[in-house]
Amino acid sequence: MNLFFGKKQVLKNINIDFPRNQVTSLIGPSGCGKSTLLRSFNRMHDLSPDAKIDGSLKIDDLDIYSKENSVTTLRKKIGMVFQKPNPLPKSIYENLSYGLNIHRFPKNEIPDLIEKALKESYLWDEVKDELKKPAVKLSGGQQQRLCIARTVVLRPEVILMDEPCSALDPISTNKIEELILSLKQNYTIVIVTHNMQQAQRISDKVAFMYLGQLIEHDNCENIFKHPAKDLTRNYVNGHFG
Amino acid sequence: MVKKMGYLLNWVFFLGSTMLVCLILGTILVDIFSKGMSSVSWSFISKFPSDGMTEGGILPAIIGTLMLTLITTLFSVPFGVACAVYLNEYAKPSALTNVIRASIRNLAGIPSIIYGLFGLALFVQSLNLGTSVLSAGLTLGLLSLPYIITTTEEALKRIPNSMREATLALGATQFETVKDVVLPKALPGILTGVILSMSRAAGETAPILFTGVAFYINDITTSPSQEFMALPYHLYMLSTQHQSIEQVRPLAYGTATVLISLVFILNIIAFYIRFKHRSQD
Repeated sequence: MNLFFGKKQVLKNINIDFPRNQVTSLIGPSGCGKSTLLRSFNRMHDLSPDAKIDGSLKIDDLDIYSKENSVTTLRKKIGMVFQKPNPLPKSIYENLSYGLNIHRFPKNEIPDLIEKALKESYLWDEVKDELKKPAVKLSGGQQQRLCIARTVVLRPEVILMDEPCSALDPISTNKIEELILSLKQNYTIVIVTHNMQQAQRISDKVAFMYLGQLIEHDNCENIFKHPAKDLTRNYVNGHFG
Repeated sequence: MVKKMGYLLNWVFFLGSTMLVCLILGTILVDIFSKGMSSVSWSFISKFPSDGMTEGGILPAIIGTLMLTLITTLFSVPFGVACAVYLNEYAKPSALTNVIRASIRNLAGIPSIIYGLFGLALFVQSLNLGTSVLSAGLTLGLLSLPYIITTTEEALKRIPNSMREATLALGATQFETVKDVVLPKALPGILTGVILSMSRAAGETAPILFTGVAFYINDITTSPSQEFMALPYHLYMLSTQHQSIEQVRPLAYGTATVLISLVFILNIIAFYIRFKHRSQD
């Protein structure tokens, strides 16, 4: 696929697939198009009037950009967690019930779904007694896990994460990484990261991007130990970036 | 040395200007309150004028101003907020939206007497609403619209995009995003603008002059189709048009005191909302 902003081509001939129930990391220097690529999977570029995409993106056999599918159902299937925790200005409980309500989940199932999602996100023990508390009162790390729970509660197929740990301290980062490893049993995860150690710790596959192109895409170990391209080797060894 | 003198002069100039502004405001307030407080009493705000305005109170003018402000708000807030939401959330940046924004700014600069004339032509005559509190309220609503649109848009602009992305990424439609996240988050800012524009509208005289205000009515205005008395116009008549001006001067000052207090209360509410909101962030 190709992606343009106005006349400028930001993504060039990207061809990649993400295996089910695995974690794929997108790495590369700032401005190489990782986030842009990630955001094209759940159509976040729909809001930018000058963004244009050609080529095809598919989840299973469903065309992501097909006119027949509504963008709202698509985003339920492909959830997203952002760089900075962005809880809704509501209570912890409402942060999770919000998505369930707009997708019209049956009212009586909502409390159980919320409890399950919070447990899956390792947040339940910390917040179970204060679900009514405003979400913004939580710590940064808790907020980010809440944002993950908010995505998980909708039972998506894919979770996109855009540098989910870059605003967090090492301990919170550690928790999120554990969480990602446990989530991959049920979800396909695509994560953008700047942190090489993180990419090595959590990924099954790694894709290295440079200047809008996909340079190399392979198993985690190959990318870090035996990269096929010099560019990749230089980047993962920290010679530029 | 010369540089230091320069700094000092600047400082004296800025401080002096600030003091001058405060002094002017203070003088006005002291003058009005000192001359007006003596005539303000419970009976002044709860009684009808009597004996050709030389005795009695200003109840109908207070009720009239409150009704007028209410109608103004009911008309201008929904349209103003909707317009700002359209401009900030839906409209794609284009030459057209720039023209719309420029027009709105220009509308804010039109003298209020022009709004009065326009209201007379549109509401009173063309739409056959007659000289009434409804016509006057709608006219003042037009006058408040640009102000409400601008302040609402400013409040919407302060909401970070990450907030919108949060709900959009959950599969919310743009309307749900606006309704559930953007507007509630922007509410304090919007309310501040609304209240300040209400306080401005409450003090306007020119737009209501042609559209429905009356010097004296012997009944409280209860229906939107009636004429009404209003504080600013009452003040104007008492201080310039009355046959025994000297005699009613205390009443004029009393009216000014009541009007200025009303406006002050509205401003304090707006200030409080802003303050409370800031301490939450």
